[in-house]
Amino acid sequence: MSVVSAQSLSLTFETNDGPVHALKDVDLTIEKGEFVSFIGPSGCGKTTFLRVIADLEQPTGGTITVNGVSPEQARLNRAYGYVFQAAGLYPWRTIARNIALPLEIIGMPKRERRERIERVLELVDLKGFGGKFPWQLSGGMQQRASIARALAFDADLLLMDEPFGALDEIVRDHLNEQLLELWARTEKTICFVTHSIPEAVYLSTKIVVMSPRPGRVTDVIDSTLPRERPLDIRESPEFLEIAHRVREGLRAGHSYD
Amino acid sequence: MACPHYDGPMTKPLGIFTRAHRTALPVLTVVAAIFVIWYGAAAVMNLPWERDQAERAGVEFVLTDALSNTMAQERPVLPAPHQVAQELWKTTVEKKITSKRSLVYHGWITLSATLLGFLFGTILGMALAIGIVYNRAMDMSVMPWVIASQTIPILAIAPMIIVVLNAVGISGLLPKAFISTYLAFFPVVVGMVKGLRSPDALQTDLMRTYNASANQTFWKLRLPGSMPYLFTSMKVAVAASLVGAIVGELPTGAVAGLGARLLAGSYYGQTIQIWSALIAAAILAASLVAIVGLAGRIVERRMGFAR
Repeated sequence: MSVVSAQSLSLTFETNDGPVHALKDVDLTIEKGEFVSFIGPSGCGKTTFLRVIADLEQPTGGTITVNGVSPEQARLNRAYGYVFQAAGLYPWRTIARNIALPLEIIGMPKRERRERIERVLELVDLKGFGGKFPWQLSGGMQQRASIARALAFDADLLLMDEPFGALDEIVRDHLNEQLLELWARTEKTICFVTHSIPEAVYLSTKIVVMSPRPGRVTDVIDSTLPRERPLDIRESPEFLEIAHRVREGLRAGHSYD
Repeated sequence: MACPHYDGPMTKPLGIFTRAHRTALPVLTVVAAIFVIWYGAAAVMNLPWERDQAERAGVEFVLTDALSNTMAQERPVLPAPHQVAQELWKTTVEKKITSKRSLVYHGWITLSATLLGFLFGTILGMALAIGIVYNRAMDMSVMPWVIASQTIPILAIAPMIIVVLNAVGISGLLPKAFISTYLAFFPVVVGMVKGLRSPDALQTDLMRTYNASANQTFWKLRLPGSMPYLFTSMKVAVAASLVGAIVGELPTGAVAGLGARLLAGSYYGQTIQIWSALIAAAILAASLVAIVGLAGRIVERRMGFAR
């Protein structure tokens, strides 16, 4: 059973300036354990697609299942963890209590909660920072904390919406490396929205290239890179070839009308 | 995953009281300026009476003597600061607090109504705000009335509240507290509505991804998120509440309270008494605002808002 399966999925927003086709006839299947990147210019519907999976938006056409059930049912089952563009930590909660938030909501007992928090803090390399408030941490650390929060209730699916978009190149490289390690260790399925071609190619087993107006999938590239990826794989010919194909896909779909 | 070093900014938290040092000089300068202007105004405004006195007595008008006399008149147009200070001293420290002439006694009467009204106002304000945020019908219908309520002069409505409540057998502390409530709930409603709506789309979406109930979203997101707004509006509310209590003391025939002192003072031309009651009210208001502000800072610091 595939984790996400979409058939001719469409979503049209009705606005004052007329309908906006955020998604049009999107067909996509994501298998368990894949790392799928969605790449494309603004307005191509990549974030919208992620939000449809998460049941934060309702599609206006087509069908989609998550873990074989409707997105709403999947959300009610708490099938996924969602990492937003900004860390969005609650400023009045310490890092540990931010991570505890989803666990409190599902009603996990306190002792179990504490163990879980320790484990995910270690997973994102924030051991010992549980007692700090968000403002005491750098942007990169806050984003790692938000990933820890998404990992907290141990859903098999991780949805990440440009999580490193606001961070500088060096921190981003570092977090990309950590994310791959985490993915390898936890064997989760990850859907990852990004603007960056190198980021998409470096991380993914599958790259979904999208284009705007209407938002649609123009190319789906299965990566030939090995799962084990040191940072300098980005200079290999294979890497550059995939990056080239992504760039071509983006160019083909991008019309300046 | 190797990132053992700490790469975050770590500013040393600023103490609650250290800021006072830096603001002391400008504040003292302003206070000094006020005293200079006050003394000057007292001299100018009280001088005509001295001139009249000299004329009536048929003695020569000597400006220097007259000027020094303007600072010690019994019923000056504008009493000098030290006269007010003396009156304050006499009516607080030198009088037993049970005495009808003690400002502490009258201050307490007003303060008790203020605090009760402030408590009612805060509870009412929070309740209305929760209703407005969670109920669309209330959002559409209540807010205009809340705003309209504040366009009515409190001086017009205060006597009616007193009279109506008196007719149903409620008198004393409660009617005054209700007038305070009437003024105090407004800033709390406005601030709390804004505070409860302050969580951004991301923070509320997050709750949705957790499949959190409305109750959980309220207690874990909206309420804690509104705390800074609540304390800011409570500072305004407590000051408004004091005004309400004083106004509430005027139409009752002014038996007790700071409002009574103001009214009695104006009946008998006791300007020094009026001014000392005014200053006492101002000190009370400033202290109340400061206490609420301090409580707010402590809560926010505990909650991790302060840095």
